[in-house]
Amino acid sequence: MKESQTPVVEVIGLKTYFRSSSGVARAVDGVSFGIRKGSTFALVGESGCGKSVTALSIIGLIDRHSGWIEGGKVRLGNEELTSLDESTMRQVRGMRVSMIFQEPMTSLNPVICVGEQVAEGIRLHQKASKQDARVITVAMLSRVGFDEPERIYRAYPHTLSGGQRQRVMIAMAVACKPELLIADEPTTALDVTIQEGIVRLIKEMQSETSMAVLLITHNMALVYKNADEVGVMYAGKIVEAGSVKTLFSKPLHPYTIKLLRSMPVAGQRTHALDAIRGSVPDAASYPSGCRFSGRCPREMAGCAQKEPELVLRGQEHGHPVACHLYDAPFMASRSARLVASAEGVPAPLDKTHNERPVLLEVRNLKTWYPIRRGLFKRVVGHVKAVDGISLSIRKGMTLALVGESGCGKSTAGKSIIRLITPDAGEVLYMGKDLCAMKEGELRPLRRRMQMIFQDPYSSLDPRRTIMNTVGEGLEILYPEMSRRSRIAKTASVLERVGLGYDALNRYPHEFSGGQRQRIGIARALAVEPEFIVCDEAVSALDVSVQAQILNLLKSIQLDMGIAMLFITHDLGVVEYMADEVAVMYDGKIVEHGNVEEIFARPRHEYTKKLLAAVPRIDSALIESLKLPVVPAAWP
Amino acid sequence: MPIILATDLFVYLLVAAGAYFVVKTRGAGQAADVLRELRKRRLTMAALTVLAIYAGVALMDSVRWRDALDSDVAAGNNGRIYSPEALSLLDRALGGLRLAQEKTYSSPLASRLFTKENALLASGEVRREYAPLKYPGIHLLGTDKVGSDVLYMAVKGVRTAIIIGAGATIIIIPFAIFFGVIAGYFGGVIDDVIQYVYTTLASIPGVLLIVAFMLLFGNRGYQGGSVAPDDVVLGVFVPNDRLMWLCLILGITSWTDLCRLIRGETLKLRELEYVQAARALGAGKLRIIYAHVVPNLMHLVVITFVLQFSSLVLAEAVLSYIGIGVGPQTGSWGNMINTARLELSRAPVVWWNLAGAFAGMFFLVLPANVFADAVRDALDPRLRNR
Repeated sequence: MKESQTPVVEVIGLKTYFRSSSGVARAVDGVSFGIRKGSTFALVGESGCGKSVTALSIIGLIDRHSGWIEGGKVRLGNEELTSLDESTMRQVRGMRVSMIFQEPMTSLNPVICVGEQVAEGIRLHQKASKQDARVITVAMLSRVGFDEPERIYRAYPHTLSGGQRQRVMIAMAVACKPELLIADEPTTALDVTIQEGIVRLIKEMQSETSMAVLLITHNMALVYKNADEVGVMYAGKIVEAGSVKTLFSKPLHPYTIKLLRSMPVAGQRTHALDAIRGSVPDAASYPSGCRFSGRCPREMAGCAQKEPELVLRGQEHGHPVACHLYDAPFMASRSARLVASAEGVPAPLDKTHNERPVLLEVRNLKTWYPIRRGLFKRVVGHVKAVDGISLSIRKGMTLALVGESGCGKSTAGKSIIRLITPDAGEVLYMGKDLCAMKEGELRPLRRRMQMIFQDPYSSLDPRRTIMNTVGEGLEILYPEMSRRSRIAKTASVLERVGLGYDALNRYPHEFSGGQRQRIGIARALAVEPEFIVCDEAVSALDVSVQAQILNLLKSIQLDMGIAMLFITHDLGVVEYMADEVAVMYDGKIVEHGNVEEIFARPRHEYTKKLLAAVPRIDSALIESLKLPVVPAAWP
Repeated sequence: MPIILATDLFVYLLVAAGAYFVVKTRGAGQAADVLRELRKRRLTMAALTVLAIYAGVALMDSVRWRDALDSDVAAGNNGRIYSPEALSLLDRALGGLRLAQEKTYSSPLASRLFTKENALLASGEVRREYAPLKYPGIHLLGTDKVGSDVLYMAVKGVRTAIIIGAGATIIIIPFAIFFGVIAGYFGGVIDDVIQYVYTTLASIPGVLLIVAFMLLFGNRGYQGGSVAPDDVVLGVFVPNDRLMWLCLILGITSWTDLCRLIRGETLKLRELEYVQAARALGAGKLRIIYAHVVPNLMHLVVITFVLQFSSLVLAEAVLSYIGIGVGPQTGSWGNMINTARLELSRAPVVWWNLAGAFAGMFFLVLPANVFADAVRDALDPRLRNR
């Protein structure tokens, strides 16, 4: 679709600052881009880079008590949005610019039926009568793919699934035919199988109304498949921008390259992932010079002094990039000396695939939750969360359990290590049936089986120091251990997961998400288990941090020969991590086998659907990406 | 001859708890961290100072003894006889104020009475005029209807308020934490039974329950003022104290709110991943409750403590008003407010009795709020080092 060259919306040097406890946080610090009619511009980057704040600044929803627009312009048509007062801005919002939020559970009012909520915007902005608004709403609902729009009109949000709610949100957002639609992580909270459908729907709506779309996401594969242009954001700035084709085939900025390379894909199986060191700097204290300095694998002596500008460096490089590597005068100066980088080429992980003894065998495991109704709480039925699954896990191997949310995979994991008591079936651990054991008999076996949890925020007790958290297992399971040796053991485990000795006396809130996940891993490792259940252990993390954690898990597995049950919905992670995979659907395992085999030749319908639904970037493309070579060092 | 009232024990307990905390801060444990955090803010330290003064006053008012009467009767009575009045350290320290009795109302710092009375002049003439005070200049807050010093009465109210507030909350908190945590953590039948109990308790109108209870228990025993010989056990202890019954019943009727909050919070905490992680490490139920659940409930307890404390001090005033609060001879802000009710309808208005009670409450409740907020923040590692 060829459209006019003048952008519908143009963001020029936008700066949005916030007051924070540690000073002024420069969340968005000079961002410029334009989106043409009918095209999709994607903003990508790790969380904390200022993507969402950019969107909120455009639509004027920055919290006025803590934040303000420090400078820059947002031009929509002929209007300058940042200088509009609140009442004029209300006319623009919903009418000319509308937004879809990440969480469809909380973005609809639960006590008003969804039709009314969609109609409200239509009545406000199009001055339609109640009757007309209803007719338009029903038409909109049918356009976003509902078969019975009249029924959906009267439905309350809680009766709809997440995907249906997001469709309603889209209907609401596009009802007034906005010029710009902002989609802030529109699929992140949804199941993998329906993500693609939502994005396709946004594309359809776009081709009908030829609105401009600002897509904010951290999912690179989604961008690759659905956007026209991309801006890579880092620490409040766009560091590289260009069309999807050129940017993905020939990324220039080391950050972009690393971001792409840290995605787990099948072809990387034999290497450690190319993770980015450290984490995004705090918006209140960016490093001077290039903001990526300190994490950059191609950092040069001058990088920490001079901040690079986002400019097009001649035709040979193709698209604008903010990096000194492409700045000829800089590269010709003494500043271009490569700073010795601790990070080399990721070491290949060798993994032998010989037959290993079975460590744990699950036979016909069932966990049913009773549904109770009425005054006497009679059991009227069961939710069959886990309905007769059988698995076996070999020593030192990884079995991935995949499926959409609600299929019972987490319940299965917890039932296996007896955090939930299953109703029937056997879990044989070296010949002993865990299900038949009492809590007391189970305790010695707790040394052997551990769990790593999904949410790095709720998995650590906020009121206990890291020493107490990581040492708790030793305290309980090795009561004979002296205090001194417990501290020594805790410190050595923390060292193993990449945290220093000084972490011992600190509290969880002082750490970032990735570090907290390392602490969670340390807690599990401290008691020296043979088997670990990782329940979505990397799902809540950014792709760069995810790569660090996956590397850690993989190297720990190699060193200590730990078997893992890896519960996830992320097929990329499965391809990278697992030796075997079991696909779970509606409480049952529908397919079980070798990873390569299942990904190459899925047999079950559900597996095929799952594999087809998930946008993935070609493994070969990712592997072909190389960091730019810095010319020979200056004498 | 010392006399210990049952309610004095509450005060001793409170002071002992404070002393224990101070001793603990000498080390390097959590108490020291909390103190360091509290020290950072001047407002907190000011509030703490005010609270310490109140606690000191309450303590002084809880150390009492009876004086021996050295009369001829006593000598003939094979030993000594003690005065029925057990004066506290505070009474003795403020003896000047206590004994400076005027005839009736006088406004703050006045030199004459507030009402006119007949005076016989030297010439034999009778004139109505404002009579001069017997003790001019020492009544900073004036005197009440029977001529007692209002400031002295307000200071006497401190002990009552602290006992009501602290005594009742000492009952509330263990009850609420125990039942709330058990109900929330174990669920099932235990939860049903506990919920049934507190819903039943909460559905009885509180005032009626208190009235019934006080009529049953509160009318016998020590009512304040002089100690009757029958009330004293073992020569020194007065177990049956009306004020104690009041604390008890206020505690029994007020633990349900906190219990409900704690139950809800426990339900939430029980499902959190760090609790599951502890279970995976083989932690028993008790360990999880004391190490992971209760510490994460403390913010609720601290906030509720202060809110309850303030409302209990006010409840005392309401109950004294309907005649089932503390005895009329016990100095309390409730009694002062009760009498101020009629004084406010006089013209000209007698306002200082109310003002005295108000000031007493204000300077207790406000610092208590400030201090509790600071303690809550100091207990939370996430809010430290800001």
